[in-house]
Amino acid sequence: MQANWVGCWALFIKEVRRFYSVVVQTVFAPIVATLLYLLVFGHVLDTKIQTYGEISYSQFLIPGLVMMAILQNAFSNTSSSLIQSKVHGNLSFVLLSPISAFEFYVAFVAAAIVRGVVVGLGILIIGAIGFDLMWQSPVWVLVFAVLSAAMMGGLGMLAGIVSDKYDHLAAFQNFVIMPLTFLSGVFYSIHALPEFWEQVSYFNPFFYMVDGFRYGFFEQSDVSVYVSLGVTLLFLIVVSSINLILLRKGVKIRQ
Amino acid sequence: MSNCPAVRFLDVKKSYGELTALKGVSFEVEEGAFFGLLGPNGAGKSTLINAMSGLVIPSSGSIQIQGYDVNRNYRQARRVLGLVPQELIADPFFSIQELLVLQSGYFGLKGAEQRAWIGELLERLALSDKADANTAQLSGGMKRRVLIAMALVHRPKVLVLDEPTAGVDVDLRRILWAFTKELHQQGHTIILTTHYLEEAEALCDRVAIMQKGEVKALSSTQDLLSRHYYRYLRVTLAAPAQDLIAPLEARLVERESNGLVFKLEKTASLTQLLGWLSDSGLNVSDVSSRDASLEEVFLDLTAEGKG
Repeated sequence: MQANWVGCWALFIKEVRRFYSVVVQTVFAPIVATLLYLLVFGHVLDTKIQTYGEISYSQFLIPGLVMMAILQNAFSNTSSSLIQSKVHGNLSFVLLSPISAFEFYVAFVAAAIVRGVVVGLGILIIGAIGFDLMWQSPVWVLVFAVLSAAMMGGLGMLAGIVSDKYDHLAAFQNFVIMPLTFLSGVFYSIHALPEFWEQVSYFNPFFYMVDGFRYGFFEQSDVSVYVSLGVTLLFLIVVSSINLILLRKGVKIRQ
Repeated sequence: MSNCPAVRFLDVKKSYGELTALKGVSFEVEEGAFFGLLGPNGAGKSTLINAMSGLVIPSSGSIQIQGYDVNRNYRQARRVLGLVPQELIADPFFSIQELLVLQSGYFGLKGAEQRAWIGELLERLALSDKADANTAQLSGGMKRRVLIAMALVHRPKVLVLDEPTAGVDVDLRRILWAFTKELHQQGHTIILTTHYLEEAEALCDRVAIMQKGEVKALSSTQDLLSRHYYRYLRVTLAAPAQDLIAPLEARLVERESNGLVFKLEKTASLTQLLGWLSDSGLNVSDVSSRDASLEEVFLDLTAEGKG
């Protein structure tokens, strides 16, 4: 069977235009919210917390906040689009078309990457105006931004598939995504934590995404960048595989 | 695939836990047919239709659209099938024109020819002046027309309309009838589910009557009507009716101000009826006879199943 890449592209465009049509809510609001974090935490704690050598806390904080925004927005894009389409019933427009489960997944996740990266880039651009940003290895920055957004886009799709209503999705967002994001080393190096909590942090996949992304800025990190890359890729593969199995079986999408 | 029926259902079963929605449905719809799928609420019509389009996955059995299995050859099957769903679906993020362009894209269709076809659909369904309107802000009738345009955007050979005229006004119903007739004349196979049985009688050349997940009757519309066991006799009275004798009372279905309607076995003799009328002392001024309507056939068939 020949692939339907035109269909996949159309679905990707639809998903991008969906979030672009409410750009204040989907792009500008998260940029402003993240900059407020930077303003408050950066200025209050700038001289009080030690990070990597000469790097100030504000400089350390920016990559963490950018990655947090990328993770949350990539997750929101797929999860909210899918649950809205399920609730409104317009998901059937796509389900009636000759788009495969794989093409469906690729289109949704690619749009999630675009939103995550656009929000992240917005924060970085404004951050660069007020702070002295370091860009030791931009390739790692890009690799972790894209892979992490893809992983979170996949996780958002999983949440959208299993949720029957907005309440289920909110529970997933508030009790899983939010704690894992806040406890991933966005605001601190995990070496600053007590031994027990440092060990617990190694079981948080989001930690490796933040740490690998931060390596791209400082070429310093809590764990090896290759370990972070491996863990991020592993989770991306696991989440994608689960999604593709569910989509092919039509679980909670086709009756 | 040219000698295949337009649609073939083969022992299609669907269960939702304890509930069995389809109990092994098997029949074919010929190429170019205008086919009516009738039945009371919960008969399994929508489940069957959604199984054709892949929105419902059957528990067992197979469905082919123009020879393409909806599961194994889903891409080809979906390219030849258009479905107008029963629910009035909208997408609050897009206008009618945008939705039609996107839907074309999902089917791999783009370019000037496709844009011209979208323009023609908008024109034909009287949607041109609303092309840039958000679909969520449209009236029910407009949404119905958008759904028809969406189903036709990839020029499917088989068009399935699930209750297309439910809740629409008389004018729009006539427009939709004319449009579906035209599509049929152009060679499309049309499958229609409807609660308006006069609609099925007027449009469909074949019908299947479903009840409780099974096909109760499958025949050409004319054959189903002519094979029906009963006919109806309307007796106009010159004077109000008195008590009727038992055989007449048993066959009385309606009492009107100046007459009576009887449901009579086709095998019963008219002479005998006239004799019963005379025995009841009725002053008859006129008698007219007609065959059962599809609605009456439908009610008889589905009433048998309830027994």
